[in-house]
Amino acid sequence: MPATFTRHPVEIERKDTGIGGKPPLDRRPTGGGGDGDNWENRPSGRRGPRELLTRYRLGVLFALAGDLMFFVALVSAFFVRQSAGHFDARENYVSDWHPLAVPPILWINTAILILSSLTMEMARRQLFHEIDVMDEWLGLGRPAVKRAAPWLVATFTLGSLFLAGQWIAWKQLVQQGFRYNSPDPSSHFFYLITGTHGIHLLLGVIALAAALGALFILRRIELRQIVVDCTAWYWHTMGLFWIFLFALLVCFQ
Amino acid sequence: MRLRVFTTSHRALGILYLLLALVAVIAGTLLSLIMRLHRIWPDLAVPFFGTIKPEGYLALVTMHGTLMIFFVLTTAPQIGFANLVLPEQIGARGMAFPRLNAAAFWLTALALLVLLAAFFVPQGAPISGWTSYPPLSAVASAGPGEGAGMDLWLASIAIFCLASWLGAVNMLVTILGERRAGMTWSRLPMTVWAWLVTSILTLLVFSVLLAAIILLFSDRHFGSSFFVPRGDLVNGHIVGHGDGSPLLWLHLFWFFGHPEVYIAVLPGMGLATSLFANFARRRVAGYRVMAAMLVAIGLLGLVVWGHHMFVSGMNPYAGTAFALTTMAIAVPSTVEALGWLTILWGGRLRLRTPMLFALGFLSFFIAGGLTGPILAQPALDAYLHNTFFVVAHFHLVMAMAGVFSIFAGIYYWFPLISGRMMNESLGKLHFWITLIAAYGTFFPMHFSGLAGEPRHYERLAGPVTSFSAIAANERGITFSALLLASAQLIFLWNIFTSVRRGRVAEANPWEATTLEWAPEMGRGRVERGPYEYEIPANETIFHPQWELASKQE
Amino acid sequence: MPLRVTLLEAVRVAWMPSNGALHGPALDVLMRWNLIALCLCFLVAHVWLIAAILRRWKSKPATAPKALPWLILTALCAMYVWMAVTSQRLWANSRFAGPAPAAMQVEVVGEQFQWYFRYPGEDAAFGVTRPELVNAAEGNPLGLDGRDARGKDDVVSSVLVLPVGREVDLRLRSLDVIHGFFIPGMRLKENAVPGLVLHVHFTPSVIGTYPILCSQVCGSGHARMQAMLSVVSQAEFQAWLAARERTRIQEGAP
Ligand code: HEA
Ligand code: HEA
Ligand code: CUA
Ligand SMILES: [Cu+2]
Repeated sequence: MPATFTRHPVEIERKDTGIGGKPPLDRRPTGGGGDGDNWENRPSGRRGPRELLTRYRLGVLFALAGDLMFFVALVSAFFVRQSAGHFDARENYVSDWHPLAVPPILWINTAILILSSLTMEMARRQLFHEIDVMDEWLGLGRPAVKRAAPWLVATFTLGSLFLAGQWIAWKQLVQQGFRYNSPDPSSHFFYLITGTHGIHLLLGVIALAAALGALFILRRIELRQIVVDCTAWYWHTMGLFWIFLFALLVCFQ
Repeated sequence: MRLRVFTTSHRALGILYLLLALVAVIAGTLLSLIMRLHRIWPDLAVPFFGTIKPEGYLALVTMHGTLMIFFVLTTAPQIGFANLVLPEQIGARGMAFPRLNAAAFWLTALALLVLLAAFFVPQGAPISGWTSYPPLSAVASAGPGEGAGMDLWLASIAIFCLASWLGAVNMLVTILGERRAGMTWSRLPMTVWAWLVTSILTLLVFSVLLAAIILLFSDRHFGSSFFVPRGDLVNGHIVGHGDGSPLLWLHLFWFFGHPEVYIAVLPGMGLATSLFANFARRRVAGYRVMAAMLVAIGLLGLVVWGHHMFVSGMNPYAGTAFALTTMAIAVPSTVEALGWLTILWGGRLRLRTPMLFALGFLSFFIAGGLTGPILAQPALDAYLHNTFFVVAHFHLVMAMAGVFSIFAGIYYWFPLISGRMMNESLGKLHFWITLIAAYGTFFPMHFSGLAGEPRHYERLAGPVTSFSAIAANERGITFSALLLASAQLIFLWNIFTSVRRGRVAEANPWEATTLEWAPEMGRGRVERGPYEYEIPANETIFHPQWELASKQE
Repeated sequence: MPLRVTLLEAVRVAWMPSNGALHGPALDVLMRWNLIALCLCFLVAHVWLIAAILRRWKSKPATAPKALPWLILTALCAMYVWMAVTSQRLWANSRFAGPAPAAMQVEVVGEQFQWYFRYPGEDAAFGVTRPELVNAAEGNPLGLDGRDARGKDDVVSSVLVLPVGREVDLRLRSLDVIHGFFIPGMRLKENAVPGLVLHVHFTPSVIGTYPILCSQVCGSGHARMQAMLSVVSQAEFQAWLAARERTRIQEGAP
């Protein structure tokens, strides 16, 4: 070995409390807020209770950034296709784009989705409630779980309602004669956009169900926080995407 | 080292990725050899294929390009090497999401299987090139292989998109969140910068490719018309019933396609920087500039896609705009090349095998990169587009530079994989034959291109052309390609024997300074830059990142 | 003399086929300068590289230069600017500006795996075509609509015959998939894209025959999809067109 390296004394293994927010005050002689101590100076894996959460949040954030580009691509295809046209037999330039009136039920669906984002946020906040977390940490039951579960159920229900609503909207369109393969490009886009977004939401609903299960199964509170938090960010983003997509379908036909 | 198959260890996954790339590169090389033989002896019967029909040749080209670009150059230098050493290089304990990592690998393997399956469906593999321009790729009756084969191609690439997406998320989170204390941005090895940029690019552009594939798939099977124009008449049947635009596919595809080629080469650039610094015992001159230029290449790479479309019917003013951005992207690449040359200036290089391959990388990057600015001029590209000149350009700058960076990485990190060194003499022999044969194969292609020989031509002579003037040239290319491919047997033999009987490697055989060479990393802060070498007084002075700065000074 | 010819031929292998278009010489000069400049860069860079390798045995290593790389960088950037500017002029001349009003109109139609050329005839107007009517076996490969009077005198040919010295305005179309219309001798390339009508214009300046190729992979017959351009004198062209016109009327095509 040409090089030597110094070994630092192994740090005392500390139980991470898994509390969101500020790290707890630790009165042990090393670490824990003494002079110059800084979570960031520790090796990864020991950077305090929030480390795992941050990691998963970051992952979701990047995945969603990629997803955003997916929808950006669809939307740009939408605009390109909308401006396309051809010359008919009399050399007139005609477009085959017929604006599609979105089924009114979409307004209701949108409202449901916004509402579901609110309930989701409530569920998320419950898990980060500091007093509850403390209680749980001290072994006084699982108050956060009890409070978050109903909100999650509510979100799950609203999400499923939204999906059902989208399905009804499709049915209505089909009854009016707009199918996916009808010659109207606007109908391709309608189905494609609502469809791909619907698949994302379906995944979201599955994630919600999983989070609900995890809430009762997972033993470490920080893991529960992570599951709910990541699902929540995913859910909010899908809500946001939907608002943009909906605006596109309504206003830019 | 025992490999468990369903592993979540990042190093094992890295090896699995490299093995996958090896399978793909062997398949892709065999296909390219059949192509080369067919080009000079069109009536030759090849084993398994028989005499090759025109569509057979096109299927070979398509599958060769797809295998090489996606399954070799997007996997090995990026996620393959990253899994091998990225966590150690930044002092992390592993990848951020080990299970996601494994899932990404298995998806990639699935994608490879689906792609190769295209050879075995009725009518065989798709013939529309790795770019799959519609309507050829959108209409099953437009040619053999455009039915089931094309569907498999699309499915495979869609799966590949998802897999590289997961891999990229994993790498980004690892790089951003798992760095060891003190591993600041300016202490990252250049490879990490490259992986950072390529992961961001992967996230941004593979999503667009996925969207485009979904649109194309919908055109093929669900009666939409995104890419097929009205009244399109294929094989006697009118298949177009809406105002779809083939150009839309070109835009979406090249928005992906151009960043994709940088995804292929940036890790090689990072690795070359590391190796030059290490084997020249020099610091990286202008580390910040070099890192910034990698980022600049990535960013600019997002706005140059139109240079593949100068004569595709795109607005000529847009052509001018894309020509200017393309010229602009040549500048950061030039800075990188000059930066490398500056490191090398003054000599006393330690010419071990990895260094030789890194030098080869530089040579090919310059040789192939320099024809980039020619192709970036729309007036000249209007002659050169889709001729063998372009084939020469990208085989030099992408294929050979990329493959050389893979070789450099394998020779360099082999001790980490197996605990043994690869054989130096065999390595040098492999290098020299490969270098010469690669120039012999791809340099003359410029002449075929200037003579006007288009790509995807299954034989030189057509009804009104003979291209007899370049026949000798083409023969030379083929013989050289045969030599090139056979030289790889030396490499495979070298790996095969060294894994079992190679010299056992010491802990830091290349006297490197980056953290992957510290077998049990200390828990200290990182206080040193990645390439702290000092040449003047004593040749062996180097300051690894795992050493404390205070101890030395 | 024969020796010179063979020498020339040998050079040709490494060069473009002889040029026959008015805009060609400028382009060839540009191409030559570009290749020379970049070959020089390639050589300089490799001399540097090899020098670095050879200096291994020198006892005293040199310190890295400070100013030289920046100097070279500036020079290279200047070169890139030069390239961008000079070639934009040529590009603008051929693509931004439309053809002269007097330019001859010819339509080029690509189809798997054939090129068709349509001349508008005396009325200088193309008749309407419809994809439903395309029937090559019945002599109507482009689907000319017989009801349109403008199409009565259209001439459809499978060779492109052009008079020397007159500007032509090509109207590129494709019936099925994307094709690449490429005449190496005319330094001309543009894709034929279904659903679009693209225009390119150029002036043939040297009498002779030039191969027309397809440069965009379009299916199994891609390599066979070739045609011939023959550039003839004005008088020959008139005679050819008139002859085609006559046979067309005799045959009573649509
Ligand atoms: C990475 C990219 C890559 C690589 C390495 C190659 C390698 C080769 N290519 Fe290919 N090629 C493409 C990418 C690549 N190609 C693409 C994208 C196209 C366009 C396709 C299209 O138009 O659709 C193309 C097209 C193409 C054509 C044009 C066909 C046509 O248009 O008519 C030809 C013709 O000669 C050709 C030949 C060759 C030859 C002889 C090699 C030989 O050099 C092969 C020799 C192989 C090696 C030197 C590599 C060996 C490497 C290893 C053994 C290391 C592996 C180790 C690990 C991974 C652990 N290729
Ligand atoms: C790794 C892959 C890679 C890289 C890095 C590049 C780099 C570049 N490419 Fe390339 N390109 C491809 C892969 C790549 N390309 C592929 C695969 C295709 C074909 C796709 C297909 O159609 O199938 C293609 C096609 C392609 C085209 C379209 C051609 C056509 O189809 O008509 C164009 C046009 O502008 C282009 C331009 C450039 C430019 C300007 C660069 C620049 O970034 C290059 C910059 C580098 C330099 C400028 C060299 C710097 C060094 C020096 C300057 C040394 C100087 C030193 C001294 C003098 C001491 N490329
Ligand atoms: Cu038509 Cu290739
Ligand atoms: Cu490009």
